[in-house]
Amino acid sequence: MSDKLMIGGKELNSRLFLGTGKFPDNRLIPEVIKKSGAEVVTVALRRIDFDSEEENMLNYIPKECILMPNTSGARNADEAVRIARLARAAGCGNWIKIEVISDNKYLLPDNFETVKATEILAKEGFVVLPYMCPELMTAKRLRDAGAAAVMPLGAPIGTNKGLKTRELVKILVDEIKLPIIVDAGLGKPSEAAEAMEIGAAAVLVNTAIATAGDPVIMAEAFDLAVRAGRKAYISGVGAIKEYAEASSPLTGFLND
Amino acid sequence: MVVVLNGKQVEEEDGLSLHDMLLKRGIEPERVVVELNYEIVERIKWKDTPVKNGDRLEVLKFVGGG
Repeated sequence: MSDKLMIGGKELNSRLFLGTGKFPDNRLIPEVIKKSGAEVVTVALRRIDFDSEEENMLNYIPKECILMPNTSGARNADEAVRIARLARAAGCGNWIKIEVISDNKYLLPDNFETVKATEILAKEGFVVLPYMCPELMTAKRLRDAGAAAVMPLGAPIGTNKGLKTRELVKILVDEIKLPIIVDAGLGKPSEAAEAMEIGAAAVLVNTAIATAGDPVIMAEAFDLAVRAGRKAYISGVGAIKEYAEASSPLTGFLND
Repeated sequence: MVVVLNGKQVEEEDGLSLHDMLLKRGIEPERVVVELNYEIVERIKWKDTPVKNGDRLEVLKFVGGG
C-alpha cells in the first residue's frame, strides 16, 4: 500500500526526520541516516571559526537527502527571516524549519514571531515548516500564512520526556489539514510510535538518537517504531472500554 | 584596511576581492554563505566584490542541528 507523505512537492517514504546535532562523532551520521531511513535531515547555520579546522557537516549527509536548515539562534521573526535567506543562498534548497526562541530555560518557541516569519518566508517561496508550541489558533494562523507543515513540540528540546503535549497535538491532527510533525522531546521509539498512532504525519528526532548508547541501532529502532505507529493509525486503533470484554468465547463446556 | 570578519577585527591588505580574502583563509566556496554589510553576496559575485575598510563580513556554514 502506498502511504507517502507529500510536503513541498516532494514525496517522502520515511516519516522519520532526523536532526544532526549532538552526535558524539559526526562520522556516525551517514550510517545513522541510512539505518533511520530518514530522507529529511536538519542542519543549523553558524559562523565559521577561522581559528580552528572545522569539518563540513554536508560531507556526512547523502546528496539525495532533503536538507532542512533551521533558524536556531533567531530570537524574533526578522532574525529567522535573515537566517532562512542565508540558508537558501548557501545552495541547499528551499526548505526551512522556523525556530524562534527567546526563552533560554525551556527553549519554548515564540508562536507569535513564528507566524510572522512564516508569512514572510512562504511568500518568498520557501517550504516552511514552523516549530511551535501546540496551540490550535497558532496552527491555523501558520496554515493560513502558507506553512507546508506544522511542527508542534512533544516536550522541550533535548529533554527526552516524550509526548507530553499529546492532547494538544491530537487537536491539531483533528483540525489542521496539513501534516502535523511532532518535533522535540521524543526520547524513546515507543513515544515516536505514540505520536504516529494519534495521527502525526511524521516525527523529528535528534537528541534521542544522537545521545543513545549506540546511535545507529537507535536510529533503526526509531524507524521501526515510526512505521509501526503509522500502520496502527491507518488501520484504526480499537476503542478503549471501561470493563473487560472477553477475547475468547466464554460459552464453555466445563459447566455443561 | 580593517574589516570585521565574523565579529572579529582583522587586518587585511587593500584592494582584495571577497573571493581572494576567503581563499586566503582556506574556505571552500562550496556551500558557504557570505553576508557583506548584512547583504547576501552570491558566490558568482565574490570575484567582483571588493572588500573595503570597515566592511562587516559574516561567513557561515552548516553544522549539526535539530
